Amino acid sequence: MPSVDEILEGREICICAGSGGVGKTTTSAAIALGMAARGLKVCVLTIDPAKRLADSLGLEELGNEATRVNPELLSDHLDNGDGELWAMMLDAKETFDALVARHAEDAEARDRVLNNRIYQQISNALAGSQEYMAMEKLFELHSEGRFDLLVLDTPPSRNVLDFLDAPKRLTQFIEGRSLQIFIRPSGFAARVAGRGTGVVLTILKRIVGFDLFADLSEFFNAFSGMVDGFRERAHRVSSLLADEQTCFVVVCGPQGEPVDEAVYFHSKLMENEMNFAGVVVNRVRYRLVSKKPKLKDLTARIEAELGDHELADQVARNLIEYDALAVRDAANIDRLTESLDNDPVIRVPYLDTDVHDIEGLTEINRYLFASEQDRNRLATG
Amino acid sequence: MNWGIPDFLQKKLLFVTGKGGVGKSTVAIALGIRAALEGRRTIVCEVASSENASRIFHQAAVGFKEVELANDLWAISIDPEDAMKEYVLLQLKVRAMRDLLFRSRVFTYFAAATPGLNELVTIGKIWELAQLDRKVKHGRKYDLVIVDAPATGHGISFLQTPRTFARIARVGPVHSQAEQLEAMVTDPAQTGSIVVSLPEEMPVNETARLEHELVDDIGMTVDRVIMNALYPDRFPADATRAIDRLAASDDPEVRAGGRAALSQARRVAAQTEQFERLKKMVSAPISTLPFVFRPEIDLHAARQLAEVVE
Repeated sequence: MPSVDEILEGREICICAGSGGVGKTTTSAAIALGMAARGLKVCVLTIDPAKRLADSLGLEELGNEATRVNPELLSDHLDNGDGELWAMMLDAKETFDALVARHAEDAEARDRVLNNRIYQQISNALAGSQEYMAMEKLFELHSEGRFDLLVLDTPPSRNVLDFLDAPKRLTQFIEGRSLQIFIRPSGFAARVAGRGTGVVLTILKRIVGFDLFADLSEFFNAFSGMVDGFRERAHRVSSLLADEQTCFVVVCGPQGEPVDEAVYFHSKLMENEMNFAGVVVNRVRYRLVSKKPKLKDLTARIEAELGDHELADQVARNLIEYDALAVRDAANIDRLTESLDNDPVIRVPYLDTDVHDIEGLTEINRYLFASEQDRNRLATG
Repeated sequence: MNWGIPDFLQKKLLFVTGKGGVGKSTVAIALGIRAALEGRRTIVCEVASSENASRIFHQAAVGFKEVELANDLWAISIDPEDAMKEYVLLQLKVRAMRDLLFRSRVFTYFAAATPGLNELVTIGKIWELAQLDRKVKHGRKYDLVIVDAPATGHGISFLQTPRTFARIARVGPVHSQAEQLEAMVTDPAQTGSIVVSLPEEMPVNETARLEHELVDDIGMTVDRVIMNALYPDRFPADATRAIDRLAASDDPEVRAGGRAALSQARRVAAQTEQFERLKKMVSAPISTLPFVFRPEIDLHAARQLAEVVE
């Protein structure tokens, strides 16, 4: 199993995908730090950084623009003096507003959208808007060409398709095939939608209420001028995802459910012809013994060394519980490895403490940026 | 088993919320099991979406139909499309009109395009499940409806939907239904919420933020913060030196025991630190649940938790 710098060789974008609570933000930050340590200019784009981690990087004011981590903080961790680490926190609403401003025909059209009550209330809840805004920002930074590598910490989701489909879903929404019907119920769109559309609209209005119906029409109408620009942009954003310079790293935990999800993510990325770099499995309990310990026997041997029966019993029970989880982790990872068809699986052990500073990230990187043998030796040695 | 039913299980409707990966779905099921054991007819609802499908529901093949998991315990996975159809069925009594609507692509477009509509009909379905006089055919009466709410972020906008719609639609049927839903969600006598947390940095921050948003932005009551997956504190503080010695033993198994014990002791210390932070950061009463040493968090694990939840 290769190390992270090997799987990212020649890539300019690394997208970390995975469901919530698997350590995706920490892994993204660790990868960014590790690549900066190897001399690259790296920017990590995160959704919601751990406050302590952001603080420890001196990034109290993390916003929608890239901020450089003070090189002095990193000086002990950079092997190569050219490396730079930058970070930014994605603000989906701000990015969406900027996008509207870019594609609006004029100031009036822009304000019509920005001031629309429905836009203000629900633009954040629009299907795919969080995901799309993340990749929009990624696209923008990539076009500027300021960085060697961009690492994106994606919004948590159980389904990688939510991410991949985001440009399509949002464009479809903004194109609003339905909006054509709202605006011109007797036009071409209505004929496509089928006969009886007028009646259907009347029924719909009755269920929904005329007032809300009118507001929705206005909302779709406000967007109508920017459809082309938006569609074209979304198309370019989508192409960047599938490009050779982009790759996906799936982050997961060692339990059955996250591993199932990682397998699913992998298959969907393959189906969509995305570049898959590997899986990082966090919080793995490496096996410390070769067979299941026997409680009585082990307790006796520990007691012989400690002279404390109660403590010996606790130590033995603790190891047996640990081992049961380690056996489970190993079985899940075997299953993962098999279904990945030779794509890399990198295991990071369950560390004793939470990671919330540069030292913690460096500790993770001892595993991420090591060969499989070194990882094993470090974790069980 | 801790005798006596936790006060929040006496409510009519309970939303279980929390950051992704904290065990929210397991806690929701565990609370359902407990309520059922206490004799309350309970249904646990999952909000069907790609990001929120729990293993337990998947294994029991729960869909948009009320399924019995155990005595007095039911489950349903609410799919917004089905909820929408059901809503239309209840609204339109004339069969020809319904058929026309369902067959029309306009309806599909409308349902897909209107932001927040899925969430609104989902909460509408939850409301419907909580009614004693149910309009749905063969609808059973439940004493308690427990909702495994979408993870934070999405969770807040989900719970905000009724208020949002009550504002957007100034008059008309959607407006009045949204108001009705908002009144239910914010009525502390009927409806409560639980925030599930983990003794780790990010989940603790998220819990504090979520409590604040539930109370101040949505107007809900937070009945409990549940600190999940606490490790047993096996080793007294003065045992550290002895354990250190084990970690250097010549016997590989004893050495492994020492290493695992050291990690465990450090983990417990880290958990305690986070637990103390949580106590300072939230106002709702806090309950705890132990870490479950089982290979998979299944129905058995949920049963274990059900017996000890307070």
